[in-house]
Amino acid sequence: MKQFIAFVRKEFYHVFRDRKTLLLLFGMPIAEIVLFGFALTNEIKNTRIVVCDYANDAASRRIIDKLEVSANFEIERILMSHQQIEEVFREGKIKLVVVFPANFNNDLTHLNKAQIQLIADASDPNTGGTLTNYASNIIMNYQSELQGLQNIPYQIETDIRMIYNPELKGATNFVPGVMALVLLLISVLMTSVSIVREKENGTMEVLLVSPFKTILVVISKAIPYFFLSLINLSVILLLSVYLLDLPIKGSVLLLFAESALLIITALSLGLLISNSTSSQSTAMIIALLGMMLPTILLSGFMFPIENMPVALQVISNIVPAKWYYIIVKSIMIKGLGFSAIWKETLILVGMTLFLLVLSIKKFKVRLA
Amino acid sequence: METATVISTEKLTKRFGNFTAVNEITFDVHQGEIFGFLGANGAGKTTAMRMLCGLSNPTSGKATIAGFDVFRQTEKIKKNIGYMSQKFSLYEDLTILENIRFYGGIYGMDRKTIKTKSIELVEQLGLKEEASTLVRSLPLGWKQKLAFSVAIFHEPKIVFLDEPTGGVDPVTRRQFWDLIYSAAERGITVFVTTHYMDEAEYCNRISMMVDGYIKALDSPANLKRQFGAANMDEVFYQLARGAKRGE
Repeated sequence: MKQFIAFVRKEFYHVFRDRKTLLLLFGMPIAEIVLFGFALTNEIKNTRIVVCDYANDAASRRIIDKLEVSANFEIERILMSHQQIEEVFREGKIKLVVVFPANFNNDLTHLNKAQIQLIADASDPNTGGTLTNYASNIIMNYQSELQGLQNIPYQIETDIRMIYNPELKGATNFVPGVMALVLLLISVLMTSVSIVREKENGTMEVLLVSPFKTILVVISKAIPYFFLSLINLSVILLLSVYLLDLPIKGSVLLLFAESALLIITALSLGLLISNSTSSQSTAMIIALLGMMLPTILLSGFMFPIENMPVALQVISNIVPAKWYYIIVKSIMIKGLGFSAIWKETLILVGMTLFLLVLSIKKFKVRLA
Repeated sequence: METATVISTEKLTKRFGNFTAVNEITFDVHQGEIFGFLGANGAGKTTAMRMLCGLSNPTSGKATIAGFDVFRQTEKIKKNIGYMSQKFSLYEDLTILENIRFYGGIYGMDRKTIKTKSIELVEQLGLKEEASTLVRSLPLGWKQKLAFSVAIFHEPKIVFLDEPTGGVDPVTRRQFWDLIYSAAERGITVFVTTHYMDEAEYCNRISMMVDGYIKALDSPANLKRQFGAANMDEVFYQLARGAKRGE
């Protein structure tokens, strides 16, 4: 035990002496959360929009005026035909098109009911959502103005079309994604690099000759990164609750327990990588390519898995982040308990055991 | 000098597939002896040494280190040996004291002993002022001396040195050997591999490995007489010329 403490203390020295890496490890999640946070709360001003006015009557012009006057929009031009809309979007400068049907004023005054179509470019879902909200608000304003004046229940319906990304995945998805990414990055990358560094420096040989148990070498190396990951996790959660107003609906304890599980999965993976390579740069490349890319691409937090080709959907099952992502979303956003996520938890446990057994086997082979 | 045997091997062999890296080597090393383990690159020195340290399991043969069997008692062997690897084996981002204390710690020494001994050690090495500086900033010669001192910090019976003086200037090498002598005087057996023939002269006895076999084993003086050579360089060339394994 004394030996173990001496070793863990040494590992903490390594971590704290390497200021740059430490800064990066703590700075990165904060930066990511803050960036996503600003993307979320971003107020959009003076966005250039295009109006397609088939009506060209009093009501439509009144609304166009209101749009123009608002701080949010600036009307780039007024189109007269539907064909041009697609072109406008392709150019990419315009994010929102407002379409007034012919007889807009007529419908409104005689049927008390008219429609306006809002077409948004949702390839950036946040912007798309925000723009249509702003426009709808302005239109609603106009509607209540009319109602106030004449006491007739006028109704203007806004028909919102999101093009390019009809699902409009919310940015709330980013927090669980960033959590998975950060935990995996620290745990896989840092453990594997730190073990391989001992090999590269020749200190591993000395450790193997010493009476210190090799399995303890590995455990002591993992401990600082385990705690670092938990601290990072807390920072991310605090930021997401207080900065992004994204409450944790489920049990915080369960969330931490599941995260600890993912950290252990990641540490075993880092161990496996470090046992399979002998240079830091190789370990880093494997960790980055083998871990970061699948986590970003196949965990479902950037791109919906359901939309992928079947082959990729199958492959996504072996990405630990996918299961963790489902777990975190269930706990944080849906507020579900353990009964809803036991399957995913079991899968992660299975992966961890598999990786651990594999890496310990590899470790022994190296010693023979 | 006592003559207790601390390393004893009998037909110790290591095979990797069809390749026999170490072929039935048999030798004894006595307590307090400085035993030079020489051979060209690829002769099997490192493999032999790894077996003796418990890093690698022998294929066949027998060996006891400090009275313990290399097949069954590797854990006990590890407690009784020190090791200094070819590569510099201290942590560059730790201070001198932290390095000493870390190695003391993983050998299970108690806190008090570590504390008093580590202070003694830095004073002995003349590094008292630098005790709290990072090892990274020390010159190579000092690092090597420190690495050796750390390897024998837990007072092992035997210390294995794998080409300890690579890249060090002759003056520092001489100082390094002073440390080795004083360790040997304290009764620590020194098992050292080297490429420098002047260093070979410093050893009590030398074994020469060629292609996995021990081709010669005696004191430097006797070896020179036996091969009719003026210095160890010539002895080495005569033996190594017959080697089939390339560099």
